[in-house]
Amino acid sequence: MNGLVAAPPTSWEWIWDHRDTIGQLFVQHVQLTAIAVAIGLAISIPLSLLAYRYGVTYAPITWFTGLLYTIPSLALFAALTPFTGLSVKTAEIGLVSYTLLILVRNIVVGLRSVPDDVKEAARGMGYTRRQLLWRVEFPLAMPAIAAGIRVATVSTIGLITVAALIGKGGLGQLIVEGLRILYPTEILTGALASLVFALAADALLLWAERALTPWTRVRVRAFVPPRPVGR
Amino acid sequence: MQSVESTRGATETEASKEAMISLRHVTKRFPNTRSPAVEDLSLDVPQGETVVLVGPSGCGKTTTMRMINRLIEPTSGEILVDGRDVMRQDPVELRRGIGYVIQSIGLLPHRTVAQNIATVPRLTGWDHNRIQPRVDELMEIFGLDPELKQRYPSELSGGQRQRVGVARALAVDPPVMLMDEPFAAVDPIVRARLQEQFLDIQRRLQKTIVFVTHDIDEAIKMADRIAIMNLGGVVEQFATPEEILREPANDFVKQFVGAERGLKRLALIKVADIQIEDGPVVSPSASPDEARNAMRRFSLDWTSVVDDGELLGWVDESALQGAGRVGEASPRPFSAYVTASDSLRQALDSIVTSRTQVAVVVSEGQRYLGVLSLERISQEIIS
Amino acid sequence: MHTLVQALKWLVDGSHWSGFDGIPVRTLEHVEISVAAVAIAAAVAIPLGLFIGHTRRFQFLAVSVANVGRSIPSFGILSIAYVIVLKVAPGFAFGFVPTVTALVLLGIPPILTNTYVGVQNVDADTVEAARGMGMSERQVLLGLEVPMATRLMMAGIRTSSVTVVATATLSALIGGGTLGRYIVDGFAQSDNPKLVAGSILVAVLAILTELILGRVDRVLAPRTASRGAWARRRLGRQAA
Repeated sequence: MNGLVAAPPTSWEWIWDHRDTIGQLFVQHVQLTAIAVAIGLAISIPLSLLAYRYGVTYAPITWFTGLLYTIPSLALFAALTPFTGLSVKTAEIGLVSYTLLILVRNIVVGLRSVPDDVKEAARGMGYTRRQLLWRVEFPLAMPAIAAGIRVATVSTIGLITVAALIGKGGLGQLIVEGLRILYPTEILTGALASLVFALAADALLLWAERALTPWTRVRVRAFVPPRPVGR
Repeated sequence: MQSVESTRGATETEASKEAMISLRHVTKRFPNTRSPAVEDLSLDVPQGETVVLVGPSGCGKTTTMRMINRLIEPTSGEILVDGRDVMRQDPVELRRGIGYVIQSIGLLPHRTVAQNIATVPRLTGWDHNRIQPRVDELMEIFGLDPELKQRYPSELSGGQRQRVGVARALAVDPPVMLMDEPFAAVDPIVRARLQEQFLDIQRRLQKTIVFVTHDIDEAIKMADRIAIMNLGGVVEQFATPEEILREPANDFVKQFVGAERGLKRLALIKVADIQIEDGPVVSPSASPDEARNAMRRFSLDWTSVVDDGELLGWVDESALQGAGRVGEASPRPFSAYVTASDSLRQALDSIVTSRTQVAVVVSEGQRYLGVLSLERISQEIIS
Repeated sequence: MHTLVQALKWLVDGSHWSGFDGIPVRTLEHVEISVAAVAIAAAVAIPLGLFIGHTRRFQFLAVSVANVGRSIPSFGILSIAYVIVLKVAPGFAFGFVPTVTALVLLGIPPILTNTYVGVQNVDADTVEAARGMGMSERQVLLGLEVPMATRLMMAGIRTSSVTVVATATLSALIGGGTLGRYIVDGFAQSDNPKLVAGSILVAVLAILTELILGRVDRVLAPRTASRGAWARRRLGRQAA
């Protein structure tokens, strides 16, 4: 133990020697993230539309997804193992569960933030219900939805490291291994790599968010919304 | 032959115009409210005319308008647009054929100005090659700089937004337009300009328009016919602005129209519409005595000085002192002039603010045409 | 199902409620670490947040902290803290110190953000008027801005607490105690009932934290007309 403490915490050689493993774990990390967010969206969008259309369902949906969100990650992953084993499935069930609250809340808030007069004008011009949803409401909800995807993605990246317990931790695997043999280089590699990945993903998605919503970035002329006159 | 009806008052027959929009005994009851928003309303909107629905808050004017394009469905009664019952048509198709402008316009924030204008053409499947020129055409009609085409609504001023909104409603050239307080959200100067521009365009396009406003002056300015509405969608009077001002049907209408009905009527009559009078005129080369003769003839204490048609000003007795000819008496310019396109109300303003107590009428190039006296103007109203 | 039943049996087993590995001890450890972390985080974040919100300076810093703080993988930061403590003061390496350090770092962003936004949201005109009346800066801060920002501040503390309680579980992975111990040990020992029981305990603690602090939040909530307005709007608007 003393010997290890006296040694410098990082060894670049080690990192270089193990670049293949690190690379593979990185790929695993990316895959797990992508799958989790994709499935999360696939579940969240219908749920959100339901909550948007029928407001009463919003509370129970939020309550349930909130409950899932509150359960600490280690607990969730561990508790699933007796049932679904040490598999990607276990990890994904946990990861997807954590994305739901963020995604549902952001999608619903985004949809609700679409100005009433825009919807009124669109209906009056002759948009069908479906066209209104896909061509007006969803695009205008994009800023909130994109923000939700970004937060969900970044938190998923962090949570994957915890799944190292069950062997599906991506870069977190390095942390766990490093802890087992008390080798600081490995620990730091895993920790810093996942940190950098998270920050990079955040920046990348922020850029994508901006690129997708050009109308929010332009200079706004002050327009005071009219008070409903004569009503 | 179609009847122009009002629920109170006489029924007129309009032999020459078909009703483009017909509301027959329309009632709308909203759930959880005691009295109906609109009750037994019957109204015909003749083709090519602008009918303004005006009234206090809660009179049902907006509700009525929104029933025409079926954004609200009537509880009972019939609504016909171009002879067809709106309840029997596909609502989406119906709305694509009716121009719709609301107070806050509701431009799609995530689409450029050009895309906004092209909304209904795109919905109805117009070819791209047809859409582009149409967008350009509309932007030109509404005086919108082509540079604005690629801008987003948030970058436009209030006036620009309103114009884009109206242009958008006209994109597929619908025969019918519904407009709900479209100019209310801008300041009065911009509003007046927008109203003028719109009247201009309507003169050319001759659309059938139902226009809702709470502002009686706007109604008088914009309407061919006005329906003054009271709570419950009751039409107190349905007539031309002139008639409403001249003969308000009852106290409610009288009160709603407000004071100064006479002045409001004057605003509707143009100087060009009436016979102007001669006034005292001398040329600059005339003698002071000739000037005094002119004054006496018209029982006035001043006379205009006109040089070969061009108006130089006026002179009175004190100015003529010591002058050899009228021209030497330094004619003073009139403080206000009116032209043929000004209203009698403006002429009246000119009269009360000038020393000479008449309105001097000139052509565009300051060429003297005549005068208008207070008596002459009153005659238009008192008859 | 079988496993679940066994886990429940494990929970009611009396022997698991005594001794240094007993449920009460572990729970206490968990709560201690969490409370310490939130307290320190609040002690740092609230004054900082008040300062930033009141003076409206360094906002960029606060926003960056919030953004970065949200992205940090909790396990990652925990293990980094562990490595650092290991190097600097090896005697303290097990559990408590690195965990609390990491938890404080994780707990600061929500409190900081909510505090400074809460203070900033106090209408600038109201503050101006207060200054104009002759209130000193401190009076403005303590008498006006703080009370009005309290609700958001509490919300921030609540978010922070839930995150901290959840992440404290990971302390077990670096040799610490807390309820996470059951999960990690249960996993290592292939003792499924223990594993699931530990998960249940941790989940319950986290949910309880959320609920209790949520109740506090609701108590502080001002009586707004928001619900009435929503209902009125629904009645007034009629769809075709």
